[in-house]
Amino acid sequence: MEVLSLLGQGFATSLLPLNIGIVIVGVTLGLFIGAMPGLGSVNGVAIVLPLTFIVPPASAIIFLAALYYGAMYGGAISSILLGIPGSSTAVATTFDGRPMAQQGRAGLALIAAAVASFVGGTISVVLFTVFAMPLAELALKFGPAENFALVLLAFTTFVGLGGDDAFKTVAMICLGLVLSTVGLDLISGQPRLIFFDMPGFYAGISFLVLAIGVYGIGEVLWTVERSKVEPTVTPAKVTWAEMRAGFAVLSRTWKTMGVGSVMGFFVGMLPAAGATPASLMAYGIAKSTSREPDSFGKGNVEGVVAPETANNAASTGSLLPMLSLGIPGSPTTALLLGGMVMWGLTPGPMLFVEQADFVWGLISSLYTANLAAVLINLALIPVFVWALRMPFTVLCTLVLVLCIVGGFAPDQRMHDVWLILAFGVVGYLLRKADYPLAPLVLALVLGPVMERSFRQALISAQGDVTTFVTRPLSATFIGLALLFFMLPLLSRLWARRGGSRAA
Amino acid sequence: MLTSLPRRVAIGLAATAALAAAMPAQAQDWQPSRPVEMVIMAGQGGGADRLARLFQSIIQQEGLARLPFMPVNKGGGSGAEALRYLKDNEGNPHIIMATLNSYFTTPDQTDIGVDIEEFTPLARMAVDTFALWVNVDSGIETLEDYVEAVRAADGSWRMGGTGSGQEDSLVTALLEAEFDITHTYVPMGGGGDVATALVGGHIDATVNNPSEAMSFWQAGRVRPIALLTDERLESMPGVPTFIELGYDLEYYMQRSFVAPGGLSEAQQAYYVDLLERLSQSETWQSYAAEQALLTDFLSGDELQAYFVEQRELHRQILASLEDQS
Amino acid sequence: MLKAVLKAESLIALGLMGLSVYFMWHAVELPTTWDGRRGPGGGAFPFWLSAIMLAASTGVLVRTVLAEVRLPDPRPFFEPGMIGPVVAVTLALTITIALMSVVGTYVAVPLFMLWYLRFFGRNSWRVTVPLVVGTPIVLFFFFEVALLILLPKGITEPLFFPLYAIFF
Repeated sequence: MEVLSLLGQGFATSLLPLNIGIVIVGVTLGLFIGAMPGLGSVNGVAIVLPLTFIVPPASAIIFLAALYYGAMYGGAISSILLGIPGSSTAVATTFDGRPMAQQGRAGLALIAAAVASFVGGTISVVLFTVFAMPLAELALKFGPAENFALVLLAFTTFVGLGGDDAFKTVAMICLGLVLSTVGLDLISGQPRLIFFDMPGFYAGISFLVLAIGVYGIGEVLWTVERSKVEPTVTPAKVTWAEMRAGFAVLSRTWKTMGVGSVMGFFVGMLPAAGATPASLMAYGIAKSTSREPDSFGKGNVEGVVAPETANNAASTGSLLPMLSLGIPGSPTTALLLGGMVMWGLTPGPMLFVEQADFVWGLISSLYTANLAAVLINLALIPVFVWALRMPFTVLCTLVLVLCIVGGFAPDQRMHDVWLILAFGVVGYLLRKADYPLAPLVLALVLGPVMERSFRQALISAQGDVTTFVTRPLSATFIGLALLFFMLPLLSRLWARRGGSRAA
Repeated sequence: MLTSLPRRVAIGLAATAALAAAMPAQAQDWQPSRPVEMVIMAGQGGGADRLARLFQSIIQQEGLARLPFMPVNKGGGSGAEALRYLKDNEGNPHIIMATLNSYFTTPDQTDIGVDIEEFTPLARMAVDTFALWVNVDSGIETLEDYVEAVRAADGSWRMGGTGSGQEDSLVTALLEAEFDITHTYVPMGGGGDVATALVGGHIDATVNNPSEAMSFWQAGRVRPIALLTDERLESMPGVPTFIELGYDLEYYMQRSFVAPGGLSEAQQAYYVDLLERLSQSETWQSYAAEQALLTDFLSGDELQAYFVEQRELHRQILASLEDQS
Repeated sequence: MLKAVLKAESLIALGLMGLSVYFMWHAVELPTTWDGRRGPGGGAFPFWLSAIMLAASTGVLVRTVLAEVRLPDPRPFFEPGMIGPVVAVTLALTITIALMSVVGTYVAVPLFMLWYLRFFGRNSWRVTVPLVVGTPIVLFFFFEVALLILLPKGITEPLFFPLYAIFF
C-alpha cells in the first residue's frame, strides 16, 4: 500500500498542466525523431538533455521519459512504412510490418504497433512499480557467461535450421559477424580490419549504416527495378471502421502481447542485453508457438505485435538497473543517468530511499507518457498512411534523401554515407540473388556483445570453456538456444512422421 | 585552413605569459561565426561524454557563448578517430575536442600519424582520481589483505577494467609492478560495467574512478582500499592514499580541451577565456566537488608542457606493461 | 562450364568468396590462435568466421554451377531494360554524396531531387518545385535548428553565417 500512496503523490506532480504540456511536446518530438531513419531515442535524448537543465528536474525527467517513449513508438513507423528500421530495436518489426504495408494494410500494422507498444509499456511499468528492487538484484547475477548465452539464445530463436537456403543464411550470418568485429578490439586494445587504412573504420561499422544501406537504398533500387513491372505498395486508407476492426484483430493477440511484455521487461533489464534481443526473442517465440508459423514474414499481425510489445517493455525494463543500481543498460539510459547526476541526484541503491519523490514522479510520468504516446500516435496514423499515397517517384526521392541525411546525422561522418551507398548496392545484388538480409543485419547487431562476452567469460575462467555450462543460468540459456535451433528441424521430422502415418 | 604558414610559426613562438596578460583585449578580437563542434574522444553515455555534455549545457545555461557548442561523438578506436579528425581539420577554428588520457596513449598505439604537440592546447578543466575497490563480501579491508589475497590466488585474481591499454589497465600494471603481484585483467567496456561486475561478483577488484563506484560504496556493496592520489579526498573520508601507506603510486585522469593546430592567438584566447569562465561557474564547481574531481585549471604553454610530460609517463608505463607480458 | 561460372549468381558467390579471403588476410594481423589461459586472440573471430563464410559461399558457387550445367536457367539475372534505371539512380547518388562535401548538402540535395523528380520520375513542375524548395528548408529546421546537427556545407558555409546568427 505504501507503493500506491507514493505513486499517488507522483501522479499529483506529473498531472500538473505544465507537465501534461511537456508530455505532449516530448512525445510528438520523439515520434518524429524515432520515425526518421537513422535517429532513435539515444539521439533524441542526447540532443534534448542540455535543454532540460533550464526546467526543474521533475519536469525535465518527464520530458525525457515522454521523448524516450515517443521515439520507441516512432521506430516502428519507419520500419512499417519504409521498411527501414530506425533503430536496432525495430528490426524485427520490419519482418511483418513491411509486408503488411505492401499489402495495403499499413493502417492495421501501425495500429497494431501502437497498441502493442502501449500494452508492453504499461505491463512493464506495472512490473517496475511492484518489483523494482528485488529484480535489480537479479540483473547483477548476469556476468559475461550469462550474457553470451543470452545473446546466443536471442540469435537462435530467430535463426533456426530450415527456412531459407542454409548456405546463403550461414554466409550472411558470418558476413554480419565479421563486419561487427571491424574497429577496435576491446579485449586486446588493438585495431583490426581497418580496410584501406581509412580512419572511418576505427569506429567500426554501425548497425544503422548497414540497415539504412540495405533496407533503405537497397530497397529503393529494388523497387526502381520492379516498379516498371509491378506496383509495390498498395495504397492504404484508414477509416474509423477499419480502426475498430483493427482493435478486434488485436484483441485476439493478447497471448503474444502478454509473453512479449513480460519477456521484454526481463531481458531489457539485463544491462548487456536490452531491447534488441528482447524483440527478436519475442518474435521467435510468437512464430514458433503460432499455429501458422509459415505466415510469419508474410504480413502476420502477430509478427508486429510481438517485437513491439517486447521492445517497449524492454525500454522500461532498462530503466530499472539504471535507477536502482546506477547501471545504464543502453546508451540512452546512460545519457539519462548522466542527466540525473547533473541534476544532483545519485542513481543507485540509495535513490529509492533518499529521493523517493523523484523516483515515484518518474514512474508516474512513465504511465502518463505511455498513455500520451499511444493517443498521439493513433491520432497521427492517418497522416503517416497518407504519406504512403504519394506518387511512387516522390516517395523514393524522399526516402533516398532521408537515407543520406539520416545516415550522416548520428555521428556526422561522410564515411558513413559512402558506406551506406556501398551497402545499398551490395544489398540490392544480394537480394536479387536470394540471400536473406535479416540474418546479416542481426549478426551485426548481436556480434559485438557475443564476441566480447565470450572472451570475457573465458578470460575470467582462465580459459576454461566449461564455464558456459557449469553456471546454472548460462547453462539454461544455452540449452534453450540449442532447443530453439533444433525446433524447426524437429517439427519438420514430427510433421513427416505424422504425415506418413496418415498416409 | 585560412591561416598561412608563417602565422602558425608565430603562434609556436608566442609565450603564454604574454598571451594570458593580453587575453581580455584579445578575446574580443575573434568570435566564432558558426556553431562550434565539440568533438568527444569517446562514445555516447560514457564518463567523458557526460562531462562534455555538462560543459555544453553550462555554456548554454550561463550564456557564455553566442553560438551553441554541439557535441559530436567520435569514439572510434579509443579516440583514434577523433585525433585524426582534429589533424585533418588543421586551422579550423570551429572545432574543439574534449580529451581523456587516451589522448596520450592512442597516438602511440595506433598508426594514425598524429603528434599531439601539433594541436592547440586550450584548457585543463579537471583531473579525475582513481581508487582500488573490492567487493565487501571478499572480507578484504586493508591493502595488506588485498596483496595477500592476490598472491594466494596465484594469477587468477580477476581485475576488471575498461579496455586493454586504457587507463584501468595502466593502473593495474602500476599495482603489479609495485607489489610484484599478477592479476587476470578482464576488459569490461565502460566504467559503469566494471562497477556492476564487481558488485555482481564477476570480477574481484577494480580501479574505478570514485564517481563510478561511490553509490555502491554508500550502499555497502563495495569497499575502497586505497586512493591513487597525493592527498586524501574530502568526499571519501577515511580512505587512505597509497602514498601515505608507503607506496609511491599516483595516477590521474585529465579532462581537457584542445583545438586543431594552426589556430591564431585570438582564436585560442577566445576559447581559453570561455573555458576559464566555465571553470569558475558555480554549477561546475559544485558538480566537481560531489564527483571527487579536482578542478585545477591549466592553460597555454603550461598545459602543453603538462601534456608532453604525461605522454612520457604513459610511454614508460606502457613499456613496463610490455616487459611483463 | 565457363558460361555457368559467368552467371550473375555465380559471380556474386565468387565475390563473397573474394571478400572472405580479403577479411582473412586482414584478420591475421592479430593473433588467431587459442591461448590456453585467455581464450581466442583478437583475430580469431574474424578469421574463422570468414573461413566459414568462404566455405558457405563456395557451397553456393558449386551448387549454382552444377545446377546450371545440368539444366541452364534461361531467365536473365537482370531483366532487359531494368538495369538502366538502377545504374542511373546509383550514379546520381554517388554524384550527390560527392557533391555534399564540396558544395554542401543544401546544393547537392535539391539538385538530386530536381533530377529524380523531374527528369527521372517525369513529375510535373507543380510537384517538383515545391518539393525541391521545401525539403532543404525542412531539413535545415529539423536537423540544424531543432536537433543541433550541422549538415555538411562545403564551400557554401559562409552563406549560412547570417542564418546561424538568427536561429541560434
